[in-house]
Amino acid sequence: MSLVETENSLGLTESGVESPGEAAAEIKAKKKRPGILWYLSLGWIGIVILMVLFADLLPAEYDKPIGESHLAPFQSWPEFLGTDYLGRSTLTRIALGARTSLIVATVPVALGILIGGLLGLASAYFRGTVEAIVDIVADALLAFPPLLLLLMLASAFKPPSVWNITAGLAVLAVPGFYRLTKANAIAQSKREYVVVARAMGAKPGRIMFRELMPNTVAVILSYAVIVMAVMIVAEGSLSFLGVGVPDPEPSWGGMVFKEKDALEDAPGQVFIPCAVLFLTVFSLNVIGDRLRAKFDVRESNL
Amino acid sequence: MWRLLGRKVLHLIPVLFLVTFATTAMPEMMKLGDSSKTPVAAKLTPDMTPADVKALEKEYGYDKPLFERYTDWVGDAVTGDLGKSIATDQPVMESIKERYPATLELAVTALLIALLVAVPLGVWSAAKAGRLPDKIMGGMSSALLAVPPFISSVLLVYLFAAPGTLGQVFPNTGWAKFSEDPGGNIEYLILPAIVLALAEIPQFLRLLRSDMLGTLQEDYILTARSKGLSTPYVLFRHALRPSSFSLITISGLTLGRLIGGTVIVEVYFSIPGLGQSIVGAIQANNDVPVVQGTVVVIAVGYVLLNALVDIGYMLIDPRVRAR
Repeated sequence: MSLVETENSLGLTESGVESPGEAAAEIKAKKKRPGILWYLSLGWIGIVILMVLFADLLPAEYDKPIGESHLAPFQSWPEFLGTDYLGRSTLTRIALGARTSLIVATVPVALGILIGGLLGLASAYFRGTVEAIVDIVADALLAFPPLLLLLMLASAFKPPSVWNITAGLAVLAVPGFYRLTKANAIAQSKREYVVVARAMGAKPGRIMFRELMPNTVAVILSYAVIVMAVMIVAEGSLSFLGVGVPDPEPSWGGMVFKEKDALEDAPGQVFIPCAVLFLTVFSLNVIGDRLRAKFDVRESNL
Repeated sequence: MWRLLGRKVLHLIPVLFLVTFATTAMPEMMKLGDSSKTPVAAKLTPDMTPADVKALEKEYGYDKPLFERYTDWVGDAVTGDLGKSIATDQPVMESIKERYPATLELAVTALLIALLVAVPLGVWSAAKAGRLPDKIMGGMSSALLAVPPFISSVLLVYLFAAPGTLGQVFPNTGWAKFSEDPGGNIEYLILPAIVLALAEIPQFLRLLRSDMLGTLQEDYILTARSKGLSTPYVLFRHALRPSSFSLITISGLTLGRLIGGTVIVEVYFSIPGLGQSIVGAIQANNDVPVVQGTVVVIAVGYVLLNALVDIGYMLIDPRVRAR
């Protein structure tokens, strides 16, 4: 593959194709130089983490009015981001909403990696019947359009709460991680070191956890960052439909849901949570893409 | 090839079974969390005794064990009977028939818009690979990927459908049937379809760009160039077709996903489609038959569409067939 940068409008280099060595060198160089976006993204995620940690130190409480409703943002402190339709501090609610987002982003992903990863390793090692059965269950879960599956689970586990939604999202996360782990572990299990380990008489547990797992974990973790972004969007979507995290518990999607009818009077109250969610998802995507480019087996030059 | 086809079809059976079975088991899932919950909550009144609730459950067949309910349900479903709504007593099949045209119209329009935007931009991006237009489009598609439909809905409504900002170009929310009011139908359709399309454009663009980059390395492109053909001609007549293979596959899959993914815009723009009825049924005290029936129809359609795309791909591409 040659990444092309010359005059020719069709994107061909003058000499035709670059040598593989050159192309590889170019890719390596690209990997080494993280752009400004990478640092901005890390910075934003840092801010989100600070919000999660220090939300309680903010002067206003999240469920008590502090002034008139729909105060405009950027006017005064502590109503720095204005107030919502009940006069509650938007700043506090955004900061605590970060906590909700953190829970729905990390817990399902951790469960997905744990359950999906273990099943994936087992499938990759044993193949045959084990793989066939788990595959069918995973395919059935993936057969539902994701939001519909979530809605169905939300409907079964009413009334909604952060933890119910987290459980639903975990169900959503498992099949993806299962497929990814399985594919990577199968690719690894054909490599020499696994064959050697098997020839030396290593037991299944040893091969799965000491040989296959360490060599798939980097890919899984870089994928996990992207899935975290997906989970935050999914929770936001559910809350936006009014079947997510219930008020007064703050959630970014829920804040948009509650304020969307006041779009013309107080656009700030709608767009602040939107902007925060966008920046978070965008940053996670940037970080995840870079990690993936670094660790993905398909793209690295083995 | 026939064996592969047979395997695909055989694989469908357990998947379809699990999908339908899981939805039938919804009342059991509800009771798992809280045993006092009942699938007939929509019909409850405060003065009902537990015995009344039991009788009501019996009337709707929820007293039977899960497996019996499942076989009953399958038996009814193959004859086109998906039960009836507990809240309104409307047959679920009737409500689906009323509502699917709006959802389908929305999904197809969104797909067309997405392709109309993504194909020229993807080709342009590949032609200018590594240079400014490509970088701008790369950046824009990364940004778009981080805008979920619910954010683009409120943003677009604020910009184009509220009196305050850029003027009220489109009606705010609502729906008109195409058969009754074609002009109104299109007016109502445009914003929600754009919202859905925006979410699909980045992945289409990226896919076409990378496939196109591969095609542009081929010798016959060089030949075409050296014959003196114009750049747009070479790009669109020689390079686009062989590069659009995976784009077509993904479009098929996307259509299936869109039919299930229109929920957000249907609710926000109050479009009477399938997604809206699911959310409505959940909010109205969990109308289990409606949720179950509608979800199953969409999920089964999605599974079958995916299988068709797979099989179609196999028929067209000899390389897949040989595998």
